[in-house]
Amino acid sequence: MNADLQDIWVYLSASPLLHLTLTLAAYAAGDWLYEKSGHWPICNPVLLAVLMLVGLLTLTGTDYHTYFQGAQFVHFMLGPATVALAVPLYRQFDRVKQSAAAIVISLLVGSLTAIVSAVAVAWALRAAPQTLVSLAPKSVTAPVAMGIAEKLHGLPSLTAVMVIATGVLGATIAGGVFRVARIRDPRARGFALGLTSHGIGTARAFQMDELSGAFSALAMGLNALATALLLPLLYHWFAG
Amino acid sequence: MIRFLTLLLMCQLAGEVITVGLGWLVPGPVVGMVILFAGLMVKGGVPRELGDVATGILKHLSLLFVPAGVGIMLHVGQLEHEWLAVSAALVVSAVVTLAVTGWIMQWLGGAQRR
Repeated sequence: MNADLQDIWVYLSASPLLHLTLTLAAYAAGDWLYEKSGHWPICNPVLLAVLMLVGLLTLTGTDYHTYFQGAQFVHFMLGPATVALAVPLYRQFDRVKQSAAAIVISLLVGSLTAIVSAVAVAWALRAAPQTLVSLAPKSVTAPVAMGIAEKLHGLPSLTAVMVIATGVLGATIAGGVFRVARIRDPRARGFALGLTSHGIGTARAFQMDELSGAFSALAMGLNALATALLLPLLYHWFAG
Repeated sequence: MIRFLTLLLMCQLAGEVITVGLGWLVPGPVVGMVILFAGLMVKGGVPRELGDVATGILKHLSLLFVPAGVGIMLHVGQLEHEWLAVSAALVVSAVVTLAVTGWIMQWLGGAQRR
């Protein structure tokens, strides 16, 4: 690299603009590939964008902290987006009311299933206790899951990775699971997606239809509450 | 548009103040969602511009998870020893949770309609 280019690189890599732009560009490229593949679930835009960015950062020797200085502006929007979920929820509220009893029971069973199935498998395969705690809230939207992991002495940033992985995984396999299990009701599909795979599952549910999307947003919000209440109880029960 | 973007931020801010002030484990944005929802109930409708702002943000919801996902870089060392246990747990749990939750919801939903 000659001196001028070196100067430009040093300047750019110190400003948040570069990594903010790269984040959007990687996602746009991932989204384009997803469209091109005819919505093939493996070509999940989040998965593709993360792979591209990790590859690029590794090649250029950039650490995560530097990357996050730019990417934080995107990350920040998770908050207002969570608040905005009230809008589709309100629009579908009549149908939500009709299903109130089904929602409460599905929430309790689903929330416990998400926690216990993950922890049991990882425990049987001898994962460390700290990994188990970081894994337990993985179905809950990232900011909540990280808060829970922190309270229970897990690793919040490891939890964030598990959360994203669960989101991508759920969105990818949901179509197949629903076909095999013969789940056809859009309310059930949306609720299962949002409970299992939080925001990424909700993004997938909105691609199906608005009713699925609204039930998914509802399940995501309720599971955040349910897990925040249930997990500390389970933790003290098993660890205490 | 700016008005309603401000409204979303104000709901979030109110949510954060409440959760921190009362020491709740529930995150601020979730409380913010409840506040906005209550507001819509009182108003009895979604203003068109608010609908546009919400749809605009939610259309690209999955983009917002990319920065946290790149955080996997920080944990390559830890996952080296436990990748099998962690991946197996994530896959099994995603399949089982999707199937169990969807199945119960469909079953109860159908029973309730009759």
